[in-house]
Amino acid sequence: MRVRVEQTPLPGIGVRHDLVTSSGRTVGVVSHRNGRRDLVLYDVDDPDSSLASIPLTDDEAEALADVLGASLMLGQLAGLRQQAAGLLTEQIALPAGSPYVNRRLGDTRARTRTSASIVAVLRDREVIASPGPSFLFEANDVVVAVGTREGLDGVTAILAGDH
Amino acid sequence: MHGTTILLIEVGALLFALGMLGRLGRRVGLSPIPLYLLAGLAFGHGGLLPLSASEQFIEIGADIGVVLLLVMLGLEYSAGELVGNLRASARSGVMDMLLNALPGAGYAFLLGWGWQASIVLAGITWVSSSGVIAKVLGDLGRLGNRETPVVLSVLVIEDLAMAFYLPLVTAVLAGAGLIGGVEALAVALVTVVAVLVVAIRYGHAISGFISVRDPEALLLSVLGLTLLVAGVAAQLKVSAAVGAFLVGIALSGPVAYSASQILSPLRDLFAAVFFVFFGLSTAPADMPPVLLPALGLAVLTMVTKVLTGYLAAKRVGIALPGRIRAGLALMPRGEFSVVIAGLAVASGLEPQLAPLATAYVLITVVSGPLLGRLPDYAWFKALIRRFAGQGTSVRAAQSY
Repeated sequence: MRVRVEQTPLPGIGVRHDLVTSSGRTVGVVSHRNGRRDLVLYDVDDPDSSLASIPLTDDEAEALADVLGASLMLGQLAGLRQQAAGLLTEQIALPAGSPYVNRRLGDTRARTRTSASIVAVLRDREVIASPGPSFLFEANDVVVAVGTREGLDGVTAILAGDH
Repeated sequence: MHGTTILLIEVGALLFALGMLGRLGRRVGLSPIPLYLLAGLAFGHGGLLPLSASEQFIEIGADIGVVLLLVMLGLEYSAGELVGNLRASARSGVMDMLLNALPGAGYAFLLGWGWQASIVLAGITWVSSSGVIAKVLGDLGRLGNRETPVVLSVLVIEDLAMAFYLPLVTAVLAGAGLIGGVEALAVALVTVVAVLVVAIRYGHAISGFISVRDPEALLLSVLGLTLLVAGVAAQLKVSAAVGAFLVGIALSGPVAYSASQILSPLRDLFAAVFFVFFGLSTAPADMPPVLLPALGLAVLTMVTKVLTGYLAAKRVGIALPGRIRAGLALMPRGEFSVVIAGLAVASGLEPQLAPLATAYVLITVVSGPLLGRLPDYAWFKALIRRFAGQGTSVRAAQSY
C-alpha cells in the first residue's frame, strides 16, 4: 500500500522525485532550483527515458495536486462506506457562529462524545487530510466526518454549539 | 578621432555583431560559443576587420570573463553537493580523466610537442562543456531521464577537478617545472579542502555577511569579493579562475541564488568578450594546417567521451539506450577547454596550440549537440533495439 518515492539530486539543476505505479509506469517530478517544476512521464519500452516533460507553474502544480489528492480521499471514503453497512460519511459546514472557530479540533471532543471521526477538513478548495487534535478551525471550514447517523448528528450539533 | 571614441565605436560594433550572431545561432539551435570564436577570428590580426583601439579593453574584459564564468559555475553547486557527488561517482570521474585526458596528452607527443603542451592538451580534451551540455539536456527534455544524473555528476567532478588542474597548469606554464607544478597542486588541494570544509560548516555565516534585500549592494559585494579573491589566488599562483570558483562554492542558499540571477547578464557580456578574445589571438591563416589534426583529435576524444558516458551509466544500471544517450551527451567541449588553451596562449607556449584548440572546440561544440540528438530519432532507436535484441533484451537489462 505504501508508495516508494525515490529522490535523486540533479547537481546544478535541482532534484528529481519519481515513483513506479502499481501498473508498472514511472512518473516523476523534476523540481528546478528556480521554482520551475516539470511533470515527467517515462517510456514503457525504455524506462530510463522520458516520453514527455510538462512544465507546470506553481498554481498549476497546486491545482493538479489538489485534484489528485482529493480524488484519492473521496475514493477511500467511498470504499469505507461499502465496507461497513450503517457507517455514513458527511460533509458538515462549520456554522458562522460556531464556538469552535479559531479553536482546536481536540476541544470539540467529538469522537469521545459521538464516536464519529473527523477524517478531513476542506478549506478554500484544499483538502486537509487526517487533522490532528491541535488542528485549528477557521470560519467557512467544511468538516468531513465518518460515523453512524446519530454520531454524525451529534457532530453537527457540537459544531453548531448546541451542546 | 580621440582614442576613447574609436574604442566606443569598436566595442559597440563588436557587441552588436555578437548579439546578432547569438540570435542567429539560437534560431538554428547552435550554442553561441562557436559563433563568438569565429567572430574573434574575423576581428583578429589578419582577419577581416582587425580591431585596434579596443584590444586592451577586450583583454581585460576577457580576464574578467573567465572569473565570472567560474564564479557562476561555483554558484550552481553547493559544497555539500560537490562532496556528495565525489563520494558517489569518484570512479566515473577517474575513468573520465583516464579515457579523455590521456588521448590528448598522447596526441601532443605525437605532434612532437613538449610535456608542458601535452599537459595543456590533456586538459583541453578532458573537460566537457557543462554549460553547453546542461542547455542541450534541457532543450531535448531530458532532465527527467534516469541517465541525466550520471551525466551531471561527471560534469560536476570535472569542474571540481579543474580546481586542481588549473593551478598545476598555471605553475607549469610559468616555468616552475614539474616540482613547482606539484607544489601548486598541493597548495590548491589544501585550499580547496579548506574552502569545502568551511563552506559546509559555516556556509550560512559567510552568506550572512551579504544581504539579499538590496540588489545593488548584492551585485557590488559579490562581484567585488569574487574579483578580490581571484586576484589574491592569482598572486598565490593558484590561478584566478580557481579563486572565483571557490567563492561561488562558499556562497550558499538564497545569497547564491540571487547572486547567480544578478551576475548572469554580466557573465554573458564578459564571457562573450572572453571567447572573442581567444579567437582574436588566433590568426585565421594558422587555421588550415591544423584542421586535419584537430578533426582527428576531435573524433578520437568524442569516441572516448561516448565510452565514458556508456560505462558511467552502465555502473548505475542504466539500459543500453540510456548509456548511449549519456555518452553522446558528454561530447561537446567548450568554455573550460578555451580557458585552458587561453592560459597556454598567454604564456607563449607552442604557437600551433591556439589554432588547434580553436578548431577542436569549434568541431566538438558544433557537432556534439547535433550528434546528441541522434537517440531521439526513430531509426536510431530501432537500430539500438536490434543491436540489444541480439544480446540481452532491453527490458531484462533494467534490473534495478
